[in-house]
Amino acid sequence: MELKSQNDTWKPRIVAFFCNWCTYTAADLAGVSRIKHEPNVRVIRVMCSGRVDPQFVIDAFVKGADGVLIGGCHIGDCHYIDGNHKTIRRFAMLKRILKDMGIEDERFRLEWISASEGEKVKTVTNDMVEKLEKLGPLGLPKKFIAWDEEMNHLELEISKPKEEIEHV
Amino acid sequence: MTSTKQNGEVRIGYFVCHCGHNIGATIDVLKVADVIKNLPGVVISREYKYMCSDPGQEMIQEDIKEHNLNRIVVAACSPLLHENTFRRATEKAGINQYYFHMVNIRENASWVHVDKAEATRKAIDLSRAAIQRVFFHQALEKKQVSINPNVLVVGGGISGIHAALTLAKAGKKVYLVERDPTIGGLMAKFDKTFPTLDCAACILTPKMTEVKNHPNIELMTYSEVEKVSGFVGQYKATIKRKPRYIKEDVCVGCLDCIDACIYKDGKYYDEFNVGLSKRKPVYIPFPQATPQLVVFDPEACVRLKRGKCKETCVEKCDRDAIDFDQKEKFEEIEIGSVIVATGFQIFDAKKIPYYGYGKYQNVYNALEIERLVNSSGPTGGQVVMRNGEVPKKIGIIHCVGSRDEKTNIWCSRVCCTYSVKLAHLLKELSGADVYNFYIDMRTPGKGQEEFYNQVMREGVHFIRGRVAEVTDWAAEKEEQGKLIIRVEDTLIGVVRRIPVDMVVLGVGVEPHSDADKIRRLFNISCSTEGFYLEKHPKLAPFDTASDGVYIAGGCQGPKDITDAVAQAGAAAAEALALIDKGFIEMEPNTAFISEDNCSGCKSCIPLCPYTAISFDEEVFKAKINEVLCKGCGTCVAACPSAAIDQNLFTNDQIYNEIDGLLKYEIV
Repeated sequence: MELKSQNDTWKPRIVAFFCNWCTYTAADLAGVSRIKHEPNVRVIRVMCSGRVDPQFVIDAFVKGADGVLIGGCHIGDCHYIDGNHKTIRRFAMLKRILKDMGIEDERFRLEWISASEGEKVKTVTNDMVEKLEKLGPLGLPKKFIAWDEEMNHLELEISKPKEEIEHV
Repeated sequence: MTSTKQNGEVRIGYFVCHCGHNIGATIDVLKVADVIKNLPGVVISREYKYMCSDPGQEMIQEDIKEHNLNRIVVAACSPLLHENTFRRATEKAGINQYYFHMVNIRENASWVHVDKAEATRKAIDLSRAAIQRVFFHQALEKKQVSINPNVLVVGGGISGIHAALTLAKAGKKVYLVERDPTIGGLMAKFDKTFPTLDCAACILTPKMTEVKNHPNIELMTYSEVEKVSGFVGQYKATIKRKPRYIKEDVCVGCLDCIDACIYKDGKYYDEFNVGLSKRKPVYIPFPQATPQLVVFDPEACVRLKRGKCKETCVEKCDRDAIDFDQKEKFEEIEIGSVIVATGFQIFDAKKIPYYGYGKYQNVYNALEIERLVNSSGPTGGQVVMRNGEVPKKIGIIHCVGSRDEKTNIWCSRVCCTYSVKLAHLLKELSGADVYNFYIDMRTPGKGQEEFYNQVMREGVHFIRGRVAEVTDWAAEKEEQGKLIIRVEDTLIGVVRRIPVDMVVLGVGVEPHSDADKIRRLFNISCSTEGFYLEKHPKLAPFDTASDGVYIAGGCQGPKDITDAVAQAGAAAAEALALIDKGFIEMEPNTAFISEDNCSGCKSCIPLCPYTAISFDEEVFKAKINEVLCKGCGTCVAACPSAAIDQNLFTNDQIYNEIDGLLKYEIV
């Protein structure tokens, strides 16, 4: 759209869900400390990493994200006692689903970043960007178009008159 | 509840801030405003130098009225900083504050990125996400929760004492919990305090007595906080009362039992004199201990260890105060806010083996010297070394366990000035020649540099250089039987060997080794070095991320008595501000269930950490208690029929945020 023509080289886009108490505060600290890092991460603030519905992650990939990052408090430090325990369970489950969808392991990441770990925001971001650059674009929306075409084609095949198929 | 256009046609006002050069230098703000202007729903898109300034806020309010706006998006700094400012401005212009949303393009973009085009692109993405999000915002009301006016103060050092007294004087009930048998903390062990050299006991003990006698303070010594539940305004804490084996309400502190003990002399490590003397199994930490109660050490007392003893102490006690059957007790208290003032510990000098602490008997740490020079200390204020001799030459080594990559990297702030103070006291009391070995002299604060100059004039030597080693290996005859300090004198560029009789290690301060336990109880974050993390390093150094939990003194970072007291006062004032309002306004970010969609699967019920979700067997649907819900949203993410949603973070809002973030490239 508006900025597309400005820079045609592809850059990975990462959607991040950061919990309000630890990782979002850490990202703020990285800002205050002017810790420079790659500009590919777009943060969505949630109160707890436990709020991250698996559907959010899938939706982000479907809408064109190349990677999804969830940031929460370290185990034992959750502001809501044990919200992050629930995040781990969902993370493990999602990993399997995403694998079945053909989405590589490195594209989906869960990190515990405490409010004082501004530096870790940088390390995680840069590391993830580097890995995604190697992997290249995920391009799920494009794949969906291709898959839809394939489905349409198959449907057409099936809807052809029976005798024609019998001849094959 | 989920109607998306609660107040008619959506009319969005978008305001992007330059923040001077903070944003403007990295992000092309004009371009951002220009791009956002063309998005659906946006009525007006403006940029301004300082959005948070009065004219900036007034501009928003005027635009709301003039253009009949009903959604406001401000792209500026972090919502953790200015969300409330703009919410108030929105409310002032007559629309509900929750129609406002904030975009973080400073901490999350301009401050951390170099590539201007990319940073601008990011700012546009984040703003677009917000524009799409606010379509689904709704009017909400803050919920009010009443507040319990009682305060728990954890730690009875000078910070805890000062905070407790301030609150008690304001008429609030305070529970002061201290894990040692007496309050007073580290300060009680000091002799004189820098830079004024007033006697620590003379200024501290009256405050300790005041704590003991104040009707509003319930003093719980020899006790530890075991469990904490609840939330701001309504905390419940379980306090473990360790047994002293003394009936606290009967004992008058006559100390007869100590004299009567079958041990004629002290045999056990005396905590108060940091091991420089021995105590008996029954003891009082120090003469002015508050409360004036003896303690039986269960590890040492023959009666408690073996169940059999002549019990001469019991015989002697005419008040019948001794009770060997006492057990640990647990008391539950209800409070509305907490001040954590657990202090710091000194660095263990054994971790630096080349300074010889623990190896050479005449190497001391600074706290031991505090006791040694104290007139009520183990030697009655005589500077006598462990070998019984009076030192003629003393070396004080600064920065032991401070400013050191191998141990602790931070400056402990107090060591330079206390080393200067100890140099003065040691010289005065023993007449010895005193050498200070420092890296840099750091004596900030009122009167401290003057004090340093004064001590220099008294003839104390100052040698600039980090000490390499303390050794007893003599290179020359006159070094024999001495401790030799090897150091590079960096001011004259010469490596020197200075033989001394006594070495004092100016140990730094560090977080308590068990600081993590308290931290987890109250859900306080910590900084990388382990000190408790304040809400804001400059503007809220006494506040934490947990509402109603404040920190004061050494647990937050190295500081001297002056700063600890100032911070304790600030924390107490902050707690008072909270209490005196009478109620707390909570973010209305609670979860709610749409009954029509609830299938009654009960998936959400075990997930709630606050047991806010119950099940109505009659209608076969789950119910959320709004008062108990803290708004984490875990249940929302788990509901298989999407029947639960969370105010301020609804599914619609987040899906549209995701959509907005990823829209720029339509393939």
